[in-house]
Amino acid sequence: MAAKIITITSGKGGVGKTTATANISVALAQLGQKVVCIDSDIGLRNLDVVLGLENRIVYDLVDVIEGRCRIRQAMIKDKRFEGMYLIPAAQTRNKNAVSPSDMIQLCNEIREEVNWILIDSPAGIERGFKNAIAPAEEVLVITNPDVSAVRDADRIIGIIESEEKGPARLIINRLNPEMIRRGEMLDAGDVLELLAVKLIGIVPEDEKVLRSTNIGKPVVTHEKSIAGQAFRNIARRMMGDDIPLIDLDAKDGIFNRISRIFNTGGE
Amino acid sequence: MSDWFSKFSGKTKSAGEAKERLKLILIHDRTDITATTLDEMKDGILQVISNHVTIDPSEVKITMVHEGREQRLIADIPLKQIGKQ
Repeated sequence: MAAKIITITSGKGGVGKTTATANISVALAQLGQKVVCIDSDIGLRNLDVVLGLENRIVYDLVDVIEGRCRIRQAMIKDKRFEGMYLIPAAQTRNKNAVSPSDMIQLCNEIREEVNWILIDSPAGIERGFKNAIAPAEEVLVITNPDVSAVRDADRIIGIIESEEKGPARLIINRLNPEMIRRGEMLDAGDVLELLAVKLIGIVPEDEKVLRSTNIGKPVVTHEKSIAGQAFRNIARRMMGDDIPLIDLDAKDGIFNRISRIFNTGGE
Repeated sequence: MSDWFSKFSGKTKSAGEAKERLKLILIHDRTDITATTLDEMKDGILQVISNHVTIDPSEVKITMVHEGREQRLIADIPLKQIGKQ
């Protein structure tokens, strides 16, 4: 099968890496794909709670790497979504327990059995980030339309290029059409122009994201959520489907762009 | 008028300021070249060139430009024509 290995990272913390990893993974599983998502944030695990799988953890990533269990035993099967698995991060162990070559070896061991391996990277540019991108064939950078998130995204995009993992593709998360209309938020075109990378999706701000995290059920399962729709579109683009992005042509008025975000849920 | 325009274009409020600030921040972050370093480089370049041809240092422009994610250092050095003084 030979899975495609994708890492989701951001530089800055709190921009939505874990939410994106969880939702894109579930969206891919719902498209009939076999998916393993790996939480590589050793010491600060969170992908399990976003997915609502925190009570099912027996073994974790470090247990696999240190040989206390087989990979299969650390892969938690999500019973709600056929083909969806999680390898959780260790919560208590030293983050130096994992090396980039450990991550490459681990991914190689499971890649023949699944279609996708999605790795949720920790924030920052340290060891944890290096571990997360080591096995990646493609890196998705997620950012928010604010100055510090965009600045950190630029830095991380530069590092991804110098590590020869580029070109990264961008997810702009938490875009607020009403604030853009008032001129109080950078729009997608501004962010793309500044970062000069390709876009894979725009996720509008949506209260249903927090609600879904509260109950441990990813927002992609919510038919009417605009953020859920945006994540479903990203998954389909990753599958190679041609789902149009909003037109970022300068001639296209800002109001048209916004109304399209409202009408089609993200794109 | 300008207030009406800013309301309509939605670009002269804080979003516009964010974009302008980010442009400068990113250029600096990507190159890691400070204004002082740029001046020092300029002096060095002028010295080397002056060893071979006559130039007017006040006419020399060394600027950083960016296309996409590529940064480029552009030096514009007009040569003094011989015989014109």
